[in-house]
Amino acid sequence: MKRSGYTNLFVLLMAIIIGDVNGCIFHPHGPMDFAGGTQVVLADYQGSDPTGAPPEVAGAGLVARGEYLARAADCIGCHTTPLGKQFAGGLAFKLPVGTLYSTNITPDKETGIGEWTDNEFVTAMHDGVGRNGTRLYPAFPYSAYTLLTRNDVLAIKAYLFSLKPVHAMPPENDMSFPFNQRYLMRFWNALYNPAQRYQPNIDRAPTWNRGAYLTEALGHCGECHTPRTLLQGLDANKKFEGAMIEGWKAYNMTSDQRSGIGNWSDEQLENYLSTGHAEGRSTAAGPMSLVLNNSLRFLTKDDIRAMAEYLKTVPPLHNQADLAVAQKRVSATPSEARARSPRGPSPNDEDLGLRVFEGACASCHDWDGSGVHSPYADLTGNRTVNDPSGVNMTQVILQGASLQTRQGEMFMPAFGTGYSNTEISAVVNYVTGLFGVSPSTMTPDQVAEQRKKK
Amino acid sequence: MDLDQQLNVVKIGTESVSDGSLSRRTFLKVTAAAGGGLLLSFILPRTIWSKEAAGARAADMFAPNAFIRIGRDGLVTLIMPYVEMGQGTYTSIPMLIAEELEVDLTHVTLEAAPPDERRYANSIFQIQATGGSTSVRAAWEPLRLAGATARTMLVSAAAQTWKVDPTACHAEKGEVIHATSGRRLKYGALVDTVAKLPIPDHVALKAPEDFTLIGTSAKRLDTPDKVNGKAQFSIDVMIPGMKIATVAACPVFGGRLAGVDDGKAKRISGVHQVVLLDNAVAVIADHMWAAKQGLAALDIQWDEGLNATLSSAEIIRQLETALLKPGVIARKDGDVAKAMAGAAMKIEALYQMPFLAHATMEPWSCTVHVRKDGCDVWVGSQVLARAQATVAEVTGLPLEKILVHNQLLGGGFGRRLEVDFITQAVQIAKQVDGPVKVVWTREEDIQHDIYRPYYYDRMVAGLDKGGMPVAWSHRSAGSSIYARWHPPAFKDGLDPDVLEGAAEPPPPYALPNMLVEYVRQEPPGIPTGFWRGVGPTHNVFVVESFIDELATAAKKDPVEYRRALLGASPRAKAVLELAAEKAGWGQPLPAGRGRGVSVQFVFGSYVAQVAEVQVDKNGEVRVTRVVCAVDCGVVVNPDTVKAQMEGGIMFGLAAALFSEITVKNGRVEQSNFNDYRMLRMNEAPAIEVYLVKSGEAPGGIGEPGTSALAPALTNAIFAATGTRIRKLPVNRVELRSAKL
Amino acid sequence: MIARDEASVWRRQPDGEETDMLTLNINGKDCEVNVPEDMPLLWVLRDVLGMTGTKFGCGIAQCGVCTVHVDGQPIRSCIMPVVAVRGKKIMTIEAVGQTPTGANVQKAWLDLEVVQCGYCQSGQIMCAAALLAATPHPNDADIDAAMAGTICRCGTYTRIRAAIKRATQPS
Ligand code: FES
Ligand code: FES
Repeated sequence: MKRSGYTNLFVLLMAIIIGDVNGCIFHPHGPMDFAGGTQVVLADYQGSDPTGAPPEVAGAGLVARGEYLARAADCIGCHTTPLGKQFAGGLAFKLPVGTLYSTNITPDKETGIGEWTDNEFVTAMHDGVGRNGTRLYPAFPYSAYTLLTRNDVLAIKAYLFSLKPVHAMPPENDMSFPFNQRYLMRFWNALYNPAQRYQPNIDRAPTWNRGAYLTEALGHCGECHTPRTLLQGLDANKKFEGAMIEGWKAYNMTSDQRSGIGNWSDEQLENYLSTGHAEGRSTAAGPMSLVLNNSLRFLTKDDIRAMAEYLKTVPPLHNQADLAVAQKRVSATPSEARARSPRGPSPNDEDLGLRVFEGACASCHDWDGSGVHSPYADLTGNRTVNDPSGVNMTQVILQGASLQTRQGEMFMPAFGTGYSNTEISAVVNYVTGLFGVSPSTMTPDQVAEQRKKK
Repeated sequence: MDLDQQLNVVKIGTESVSDGSLSRRTFLKVTAAAGGGLLLSFILPRTIWSKEAAGARAADMFAPNAFIRIGRDGLVTLIMPYVEMGQGTYTSIPMLIAEELEVDLTHVTLEAAPPDERRYANSIFQIQATGGSTSVRAAWEPLRLAGATARTMLVSAAAQTWKVDPTACHAEKGEVIHATSGRRLKYGALVDTVAKLPIPDHVALKAPEDFTLIGTSAKRLDTPDKVNGKAQFSIDVMIPGMKIATVAACPVFGGRLAGVDDGKAKRISGVHQVVLLDNAVAVIADHMWAAKQGLAALDIQWDEGLNATLSSAEIIRQLETALLKPGVIARKDGDVAKAMAGAAMKIEALYQMPFLAHATMEPWSCTVHVRKDGCDVWVGSQVLARAQATVAEVTGLPLEKILVHNQLLGGGFGRRLEVDFITQAVQIAKQVDGPVKVVWTREEDIQHDIYRPYYYDRMVAGLDKGGMPVAWSHRSAGSSIYARWHPPAFKDGLDPDVLEGAAEPPPPYALPNMLVEYVRQEPPGIPTGFWRGVGPTHNVFVVESFIDELATAAKKDPVEYRRALLGASPRAKAVLELAAEKAGWGQPLPAGRGRGVSVQFVFGSYVAQVAEVQVDKNGEVRVTRVVCAVDCGVVVNPDTVKAQMEGGIMFGLAAALFSEITVKNGRVEQSNFNDYRMLRMNEAPAIEVYLVKSGEAPGGIGEPGTSALAPALTNAIFAATGTRIRKLPVNRVELRSAKL
Repeated sequence: MIARDEASVWRRQPDGEETDMLTLNINGKDCEVNVPEDMPLLWVLRDVLGMTGTKFGCGIAQCGVCTVHVDGQPIRSCIMPVVAVRGKKIMTIEAVGQTPTGANVQKAWLDLEVVQCGYCQSGQIMCAAALLAATPHPNDADIDAAMAGTICRCGTYTRIRAAIKRATQPS
């Protein structure tokens, strides 16, 4: 513990001294800089206002607007534990350098934010500085929220203050030295917090600007989809290239044709963003399904469209781990499927993956991967199935998935408790082999590792 | 008129359940049936578990609980308290009657007796239970006797009519025949006469060699409706005007309901009402879908209570500690301490078995209609009288106002020996206007079961120079089910279930110096109950694993070692030899494969199993074959015995390989078949069952298949890998690291 | 219309805006139900139409006891939204015996005394009938592929396998 603390300190200091090799100390990229053109302060912008709540809720009062914005910002996702009260905090964030717990943001006076003034709240959201001047850790995405207008921040506050106060003290953070030295965040902020409000781009359409505001300021999508630098800041050179989060792959969502969303139709992308499912492309699971459940599904059609428009303009990027996706439906009968069964990792039990599949999976996904009962279970063209790392496939089998849709809950049960590492690796390799471009080579040990990441 | 002497004369077999007590009071009455025909009322022991019940039986009172009605159409109806849950009772039991009565099996219909305390039971003897592999064992004698009595009386009625000597007449296929004259009279024509006759002094039971039905694989009577969707289980009950409810109890054991916001739930179309209980909430709706959605939409506050931080680890720690103190002595033969001191080698091992859920395929369901003046309940229960009693208690209505309509059981496995669910359903129904069917989700079923106890056992043995045991000490810690379920049976710190197969009856081996102790240690909060195979499932695993360990220590073949110890138990030795021979014991197997054996005498039956497994380098276990030899005395229906063995083996295998209920934050962590895993068809081994011909009284068949399986499996894993499994379920990660 | 259809008479139709009149073709006959579109077929069959031969076991497509045929394919009715089967041919255990394959399967089941408690057997028979309709002479692997999704807690698997094989022989 101690030694690694010093190692970390060393890394940190070195990084500060030589400048973050990937980022740039003095000229940080703004998140929308890739688009070129001219950015102006909001007051000078002539187009329709890209900030605030959409017209559908604009007239509904401050609290309702705040609720919409709080949803778009997915506050609930981080500030609620699975068994706990909404917004009461306590969710653990296991970082390489320790564990953080989200705070109680209900208006409880003692344990929540009931005593916070408007300015205190705005300072937290914009500058990552809490009440009494304590520096907040950037697990709280203030480097995105800093783009929000003061009005929007105060609308969110109004909404939070309309909630029932919950008296609940989250556990103490448990960070190793030097990361428990909150003042160091000052340096981090200098590197990674642009600390300025959203500036519309006058060379882009108003809808694009709205999409940018939703994606960057509220949705803070890059927090998961952009790889991090050594100092845990978002690597501006790899915007939306895809990254790992809690053992899941947040996929490449640049406009790259092969491995991003460049080939997705507008409809697919909009469906994905609003329902978590794009036919022939992907179904959200893991952290992304929570984003859908808590946030995206509440956005208006126009807002979703604006986000899609914006995302499509993010420059293509790919790396060697990128995915190709098989689009064709595979053979339909069990016998045919069995004939082309990829063999599993269990030395003298090659059919293990097949056996698990026919027992636990086939009744929903069917032998041609078409998804018998729901398009959400369609495996054809699915990224997870085509990812030869098998990482997300492993996670979804271990933890299951659940999406709230207009047709009710779409779910896959979690199989982590019932099945062994060997069985799970076998079925992952079986399914990626059967329905994807190339089989994964997941091993039982890797599954064991994946189990620890939750 | 007095059957006493006759009863003693006809008493057969050494495992008789009557204990002679039947002989001390009237056994049977014959009267005219309402609406014509003949009614035989008699007593059927409802369980042979509880010894104190024998005392009640001996009391000088006649309280029949079973009835045979022979109508003027010659059809025979048997009304009896055992229930059908897949074990074939509804066929085996009528076979006993049909055999003695000389009627075609298809002419016997079976009706479940409603629990009517006034008519069916006296107040002392309340356990109306089906379970513990007891039905055929308990009914074997009285049912045949009742059938024989009716037959004898029918013959004498015919003889009287014809004015001939009864000995010149005989019964055959529902008729009485006077062979010399060729005259025949159908039973239906005789019943009204018989009803007026006195009960004969002498009744002769058929000799086993004359059986034409018993011992044949008669077709099951309950199955045709089970292949076409017509069979009605508890969950299928439909009462006009009925609503459907589903329920969520506090996820933490012992927690209570603190508050509910039902605003959203009530807005769901089809939802009628939200009912609050002390520790649960139910949503009453038009259909299960609305009820389920309503439940999901509730915002429930629980007061989690004392067990909010309870975990499996804590429970196991408590058992571990309990195991350190001496227990109540259940069996003491010879001088263990002395023998241990003189032993050439001492072997010691600890065994653990997990909490298990029953997961009957049919989730709990119960339909209740509470009215001011009475209450109807439709349910599939193994304990009807108890069901009725709890309804009376909850409603405050007198017993006779409560009608329990028993339904087919979609699996029992001991779960339906409990009435917790019925109590809850009635509590809900009390607040509902009109009939309501309460259906548990599978999640509720897994998380609010009454679990097979966690057991922790310590075994110590001393071996002589030849490797044979000279001292045997077995200490077991776990909960006593009887202490909760039927407290009178928990006496002096022991109950009849907890050490069956370890102390009473003991293991079938020659173990000259033996000490068996029991330390009762109840898990906080977690209710424990009977689970298929009951006590022996625990004890046989421990004993048969340990015997295998001794054989290994003695460097002897496991079958040879057991054989050498079974000199005094020829029936056990015979099943062992049969199973070993059929399994090809001793024939070489490829690397990674192994055979394991187990032998047991429990539930009055002798069973040996040989399991063959394949363990691969990743620790994955496949059971490829199980050979099972059974001596369960006289076999009533061989096919049913085989089916029960097959089913028991699969049940035991699912548990040994996959099943474990764990607790965290006071909650059960498993929820449905995705995480409380069942055995599937592509994981099922080939099973061969061989029956030993025997004239002994019938033994149980529902449970022994299960209890024998786990040790055969783990002994086979040891043979294949050298890793001894002392904790269930089999830990495949551990096997993975074993060198193969 | 369908077996136990009296039951539907007393059943109050749920009201509410998301409900709709749906026409379902069950066992060759059309029937109208007024239920929410996302309601799983299982509960429409059991609780609205009173056809209780199709069973509930898990509600998460893991046990198979709720299996019915939709256009000849075995599906898990517990997670099949009723709207998705509108206009399709639904067959349940109540009518499968009217098909030659179904009748064969039922007979084989009785011949070999497959059934124990019987609760899972509707699902087992529907899966077996679908298998045999598609693959008249299945081998063991085909049987596994078709049947492994359906759980029998009473452990009748060996007999199910044997009965499927018997059902392939002309009776
Ligand atoms: S109830 Fe549908 S699969 Fe279990
Ligand atoms: S026969 Fe009982 S669950 Fe299959």
